[in-house]
Amino acid sequence: MTINPDLQGRSYPAAEVYDVGREKIREFARAVKATHPAHFDLDAAKALGHRDLVAPPTFAIIIAQRADAQLIEDPESGIDFSRVVHADQRFIHHRPIFAGDRLVAELHVDGVRAMGGGAMITTRSEIFALTGEGAANGSPDPSREAVATATSSILVRGEGQ
Amino acid sequence: MSTASITPVFTELAVGQDIGSRSITVSRQDLVKYAGASGDFNPIHWNEAFATGVGLPGVIAHGMFTMGAAVQLVTDWAGDPAAVVDFQTRFTKPVLVTDTTGTEEPGAVIEVSGAIGALDADAGTARVDLTVVFNGQKVLMKAQAVVRLA
Repeated sequence: MTINPDLQGRSYPAAEVYDVGREKIREFARAVKATHPAHFDLDAAKALGHRDLVAPPTFAIIIAQRADAQLIEDPESGIDFSRVVHADQRFIHHRPIFAGDRLVAELHVDGVRAMGGGAMITTRSEIFALTGEGAANGSPDPSREAVATATSSILVRGEGQ
Repeated sequence: MSTASITPVFTELAVGQDIGSRSITVSRQDLVKYAGASGDFNPIHWNEAFATGVGLPGVIAHGMFTMGAAVQLVTDWAGDPAAVVDFQTRFTKPVLVTDTTGTEEPGAVIEVSGAIGALDADAGTARVDLTVVFNGQKVLMKAQAVVRLA
């Protein structure tokens, strides 16, 4: 199956909310062998002026890959997940991610380029924190604060690649 | 592993300056932990038969494991994980993790070193360029972390 070239320019709106928990930050930090106390100890995070535990610099991949899954699992995309190779990744942090954040991601397909029998697909997840009343009641249109932009390219290998 | 250092001061930094190095040992168990923590359960990162079945030499580390572990050198140097405002890389070679379950041997060892690649006085940021090597080959390319310094 070939990659649908019409994917370029497609967007997937923010779907489920991701609630950032302290234990998840600790678990992720241990999993990337991070030892900085601001990931583990509330007093250490506060001593640096942070309101809660700070997520490691690549934590946003959890939210970005959930957003990417919408594209990969879209039957119209033609993407075979078992043939996907991660080619590059970038995180721009507009502010740190803290425990207690309620995050949503909007996915944009910025590029689709044929490569051999496969394709290179570049996606961008714009990650926002829900703030104010919307954060509490899950309102569909709460005020949002930009948190991170995660850009990723995946290579979908064609047959024989 | 390097010990915690004094927080770097922007005006004392120079392009080319070394920020240190460390070795990261990786086991199959580490990959299972990363899979669980990240939600990335692609079997090429934990199932030998699946990995070889799709043409890989064996189980390989998640690129995001390597990226996430490599930046710890920068985080610890900066003194605050929130100081990393931009971090990017290309994944160029896989890190093959052999099954050493039941032994004290690591399944792979990744060598990370960092140097100041650029300084932006207006933004008060330093770009740290990471060199990340496994088995004598660079596994990340253009691994760059931009750090905001007080």
